[in-house]
Amino acid sequence: MTVQAEVHAAHPPEAHQSSRVDARTLGMFLFIASEVMLFGSFFTAYFFVRVAKGEPWPTPGHELPVFVAGINTIILVTSSFTMHWALQAIKRGNRSGLQAGLTLTFLLGLTFLLTQIREYSRLGFAPYTDSFGTIFYCLTGLHGAHVFVGLTLLLAATTRAYRGHYSPEQHLGVEIPGIYWHFVDVMWIVVYTTVYIL
Amino acid sequence: MKNPLRSEAEAFQFLLGAAVYFGLIAIAGVLNRWAGLTVFVVLSAAVVWWWLRARRLEPPRQETPTRRGDPNERRILVIANETVGGEALRERIEEHSRGHRTNLLVVTPALNSPVRTFTSDVDKAREQAQQRLDASLARLRADGIDANGEVGDGDPIQAIEDALRTFGADEIIISTHPEGRSNWLERGVVSGARERFAVPITHVVVDLEAERQEVR
Repeated sequence: MTVQAEVHAAHPPEAHQSSRVDARTLGMFLFIASEVMLFGSFFTAYFFVRVAKGEPWPTPGHELPVFVAGINTIILVTSSFTMHWALQAIKRGNRSGLQAGLTLTFLLGLTFLLTQIREYSRLGFAPYTDSFGTIFYCLTGLHGAHVFVGLTLLLAATTRAYRGHYSPEQHLGVEIPGIYWHFVDVMWIVVYTTVYIL
Repeated sequence: MKNPLRSEAEAFQFLLGAAVYFGLIAIAGVLNRWAGLTVFVVLSAAVVWWWLRARRLEPPRQETPTRRGDPNERRILVIANETVGGEALRERIEEHSRGHRTNLLVVTPALNSPVRTFTSDVDKAREQAQQRLDASLARLRADGIDANGEVGDGDPIQAIEDALRTFGADEIIISTHPEGRSNWLERGVVSGARERFAVPITHVVVDLEAERQEVR
């Protein structure tokens, strides 16, 4: 009997894991890599418009709420700290810390999203106003959509945490949303620095 | 590539790094546009340097293959390109097989040029590897050593990993030419395999030229 036949006779072959990374973590990494490319295409469009329009930038009539967005940035970065705290808590077997950390992360993320929606209504320009308006709403809207997805994941993780799920050994359901949430925060830092500051 | 998002803790560190990176660029950019550009260039160079350094320092993760087959038999994986017919290797195989029921798998990597590998032009390389493998198996059988064989990936480390997945060896024997003539030794195949696989690995040096001269 050949080696291949010997292996396949008893059971199906093992999953090919030449990446040497846990399949679920690898899946999240590949997903985030595709997200980076998606954001990259939007940033390309942003810089194209910016270079094509020239000075001054933003074009006259567009006042961006830099201060409020800065506060929002602090809120979002703080939510990453609470996310990290939540995961560290469950790794130490501290369920209350996990629940508090996830709840705070969810509330901070929700605050960010609601503040952004509120700011949209005060900006004084719309996506159809001009190319700046289009790319501004596209970039911040794309990020907002990601925050919404992250909040959905966090809601599921928080609900499970209150139902007694997760343990110091089994907490992948918190780890994966945590990776995603940190990625969303990193992307906001890039968006805020590029669009609002520079 | 070092993946910064392998775990939540690493992603959190990545976030902190990104906050510092963009924070410094933003502060410098607000003060002066050229200062912002300078900080961007300097920080980016520092990040690339650190990333390359961290990648070198990252300890390799060892893989332990799943045990397969009859628990009473000894499974030996031999990786050899053209040196499997050497006397030294045959002696070592006999020595390791003594007192055990042995299941021997010989893997011959389908060595190929980088350009042909890149263009997936591997047919000829596999054909030549199959001829070398057939000759090796015939030589082993002539010496009373029963073995199976297969053609492996052109990269010997990858060929070992592939074979371990289906064969699950108790030990690995890597056969090479002597130092100075061995491309595998120059590329660090033996040390690389020892770092990567948690299986006893024996390195056998086969000097085919010396053996041929002895025969004459």
